[in-house]
Amino acid sequence: MSKKDSEYLINRKDNQYEVVIGLEVHAQVLSESKLFSTSATKFGAEPNTQVSLVDAAFPGMLPVINEFCVKQAIKTGIGLNAKINKRSVFDRKNYFYADLPQGYQISQFKDPIVGEGKVILDMPNGQKEVGIERLHLEQDAGKSIHDLDPQNTFVDLNRSGVALMEIVSKPDLRSPDEVNAYIKKLRSIMRYLGTCDGNMQEGSLRADVNVSVRPKGSKEFGTRCEIKNVNSIKFMQMAIEYEANRQVDLIEEGKTIDQETRLFDTKKNETRSMRSKEDAHDYRYFPDPDLLPLEVSEKFIEELKNDIPELPDDKKKRLIEEFKLSPYEANILVSDIDTAKFFEEVVAKMGKNKDIKLAVNWITGELFAVLNSKGLEISQSPVSAKNFAILINLIKNGTISGKIAKTVFELMIDGDKDPQKIVEEKGLKQQSDPKALEALIDKIINDNREKAIEYKQGKEKLFGFFVGQAMKASGGKANPQLINEILKKKL
Amino acid sequence: MSEITKQSLTELVENIKNKKLSSTDVTKAFIDRSEKSEELNAYITNDFTSALEKAKKFDQKPNLDSKLPGIPMAVKDLFCTKDIKTTAGSKILNNFVPTYESTVTENIWNEGAILLGKLNCDEFAMGSSNETSFFGNVQSPIDRNLVPGGSSGGSASAVAGQLTPITIGTDTGGSIRQPASFTGIVGLKPTYGSCSRYGIVAFASSLDQAGPMAQNVKDCALLHEVISSYDPKDSTSIDFKRNHYSKELTNNIKGKKIGIPKEYRVDGMPKEIEDLWQKGIQYVKDCGAETIDISLPNTSYALPTYYIVAPAEASSNLARYDGVKYGFRAKGENLIDMYEKTRSEGFGAEVQRRIMIGTYVLSSGYYDAYYLKAQKVRKLIKNDFDEAYKKVDAILTPSTPSSAFKIGEKTNDPVSMYLNDIFTVPVNLAGLPGISIPAGHDSKGYPLGLQIIGKAFDEQNILNIAYAMEEKINFKNKITDWWIK
Repeated sequence: MSKKDSEYLINRKDNQYEVVIGLEVHAQVLSESKLFSTSATKFGAEPNTQVSLVDAAFPGMLPVINEFCVKQAIKTGIGLNAKINKRSVFDRKNYFYADLPQGYQISQFKDPIVGEGKVILDMPNGQKEVGIERLHLEQDAGKSIHDLDPQNTFVDLNRSGVALMEIVSKPDLRSPDEVNAYIKKLRSIMRYLGTCDGNMQEGSLRADVNVSVRPKGSKEFGTRCEIKNVNSIKFMQMAIEYEANRQVDLIEEGKTIDQETRLFDTKKNETRSMRSKEDAHDYRYFPDPDLLPLEVSEKFIEELKNDIPELPDDKKKRLIEEFKLSPYEANILVSDIDTAKFFEEVVAKMGKNKDIKLAVNWITGELFAVLNSKGLEISQSPVSAKNFAILINLIKNGTISGKIAKTVFELMIDGDKDPQKIVEEKGLKQQSDPKALEALIDKIINDNREKAIEYKQGKEKLFGFFVGQAMKASGGKANPQLINEILKKKL
Repeated sequence: MSEITKQSLTELVENIKNKKLSSTDVTKAFIDRSEKSEELNAYITNDFTSALEKAKKFDQKPNLDSKLPGIPMAVKDLFCTKDIKTTAGSKILNNFVPTYESTVTENIWNEGAILLGKLNCDEFAMGSSNETSFFGNVQSPIDRNLVPGGSSGGSASAVAGQLTPITIGTDTGGSIRQPASFTGIVGLKPTYGSCSRYGIVAFASSLDQAGPMAQNVKDCALLHEVISSYDPKDSTSIDFKRNHYSKELTNNIKGKKIGIPKEYRVDGMPKEIEDLWQKGIQYVKDCGAETIDISLPNTSYALPTYYIVAPAEASSNLARYDGVKYGFRAKGENLIDMYEKTRSEGFGAEVQRRIMIGTYVLSSGYYDAYYLKAQKVRKLIKNDFDEAYKKVDAILTPSTPSSAFKIGEKTNDPVSMYLNDIFTVPVNLAGLPGISIPAGHDSKGYPLGLQIIGKAFDEQNILNIAYAMEEKINFKNKITDWWIK
């Protein structure tokens, strides 16, 4: 495998293969109630406590569309720069399974609610556009639990009927890194919109991964395999890597690739055949006669458009223009909505005389390090944006040095303390009185006369020694800039 | 005062309101007769004990302003009734007791009526003779070993045999009108979307409609007024302004234009049916209405279309009966085995036949040729009616191509059985209202019905025409009580 100019290719002898990837992402709609019933959707509830007669498919029960879920899907479509279809149709996808009470899943087959769109990925070598084929609404199934009893399978229907958005990409992705960026971008957009929490651990975001390979430069697609239901970015990347190599090996051996559905075994790090094309289910899709076609007006869509917040791409552009941030910095700040929120709150709290660069460095440096070590999200930050802004201002206006600031920051973490108070209580205020510093430096030069002479004779390295002595003598509180200036003058 | 069970709903309501009868009197009378009528096999489940209790309770504090004050009635066992077993005539739901009430029955109880019990029907309403019920065939009160029609056979038998003053059935392809015609009673299939489907065991969702069955048109209008309501729990329920059907009922149909569709004169139709139709035409003319010959050119495609659409929807609707959540479950080696055994043992032959037809027509590779084409033809059939209604206010046809047949006569010939629905099926496909009224007898003395088909939401008009014709026809049902020992 080679990575030249971040191009992801698989090498075998003289041949190079390109990997083509398309994703079907299943994103759980952020909604209090289910797609066609009023049951709650809270994660982690006791089994079968969020199940209505509709969810359990009792005789004579009928689905009624949840308008909020429709709005969420349309908003997501807008966020994906996609065409919103004013008329869409719910179909039944028929198959038998114990955790599918109706014996069919209500989904959208021919006429989805959202059509073609696109998302932009920021890759190290520039931007990449990924096409969206469609987004449709569908019901989730329940959960079969096979490991609670040696003989029986248990079924939990809490998830049955929960609204999902299936977001289908075009086969535009070419590497595991792009998949990583794509999923993160989708998640970021949906979190900005508040349409999906993007929580992969809780299964709110999972994907079927379609992988094929073709000789580099070829225009035709190879035969694809679909890897079902992968629930983390890491596993998606591992599965793609394994699957692409498996397919290349087959081609190299002169064998053909069968179109099939495969499963990724996370323990063995390999994909395994689940069913071939011949065994593929015949889902017997047909329009659900219990539901009328879903029709939305131009006005309905316009109102939702007005409801769309600033999305990551626009925010990034604005941050670069407004605060002269680098694209790299802006990316880090906007990719997660909570980081963006924190940053913007810090900016607001810093007031007039603010140092944005300094704030950015501290967020991406000290704050991220603390969050990382404590395993916290920025929304759970132990330091509030308000106190964080005060700290940055204290550095900016010279009250404390960057070094002292680190000490102050550590003290702030415990109980979100006001940095101003810490500085006062601990007497950490920077010494910026030139007269006091001059006296201090005079004493140091006096005490180290020989070294001062050596310095004057050209041993410039010794300058650092004097700075160190001065800082030490001041208990670290001396304004380093002033120390520098005074030393240069005196020596 | 005549014998209680011989009284019409209208008379009973009046007598209860005038305190000439108590709900207990009436309820007791129908229970007594029902108990003597076991041979009809009209009931699957009776709720007589609690019906009497409810009647007594009603009498202690009667609400005489309601539309069905203390009136006992049995309903088709396709309507889910809270805490009362609801089987849909199937083994697979033999032990199923809903915790909820269908909207239609809820509307009925809200108007003061009292549940007598659940009436027999073809399994999942699939049948035209009530012979597919897991609980055995129903006898017609008209004659021994005669089918009452289907699928609302128990309902028709119970009304004609005076086991209940009125009832409700469901009609997917003729399941109210055909048994009404076979047993000499009135049956209305309302416009699709008029009565809520919530809580009715589904057969074919785009065709199913609940409707009233009664001794006469006025009773039918009153019951329809009670059951028709907009229901947000059913996405296909339609919010339109509903009439006070019984209050607005009139026999003045002067100047109405009645269409006579030539395509309903089918090959092999007995002369008796043709004669009946001609008599019907004369009756409407006598009432001051005008008849106009019309054409519904796609009529002959209705039955094949129906037998694609209905089984397709049914095959999916019945997937939920899998032994996992409720109802009958057979033991199996594994999940698939359990499914196969449960559904093989739980469903009868006719239901299995339709599930297989439905599964077939929806299969990939066949969908376009069958289901999609059927949907297109369905639209053409609807267009036929739309075209006709530019010229006429309603359409008059026979209800069925023959009178009732003997039990067992057609069980081995499903196609001949399906042909029974030839005049009723187009109405369901077009979502229109249709009413069957008794209009005469054949040479064997069996009742024959005429059907009046209306424009969508125009139930009042067809009820009025039926009401006017009823007066002219002056039909007397020949009930001999042959089954009562």
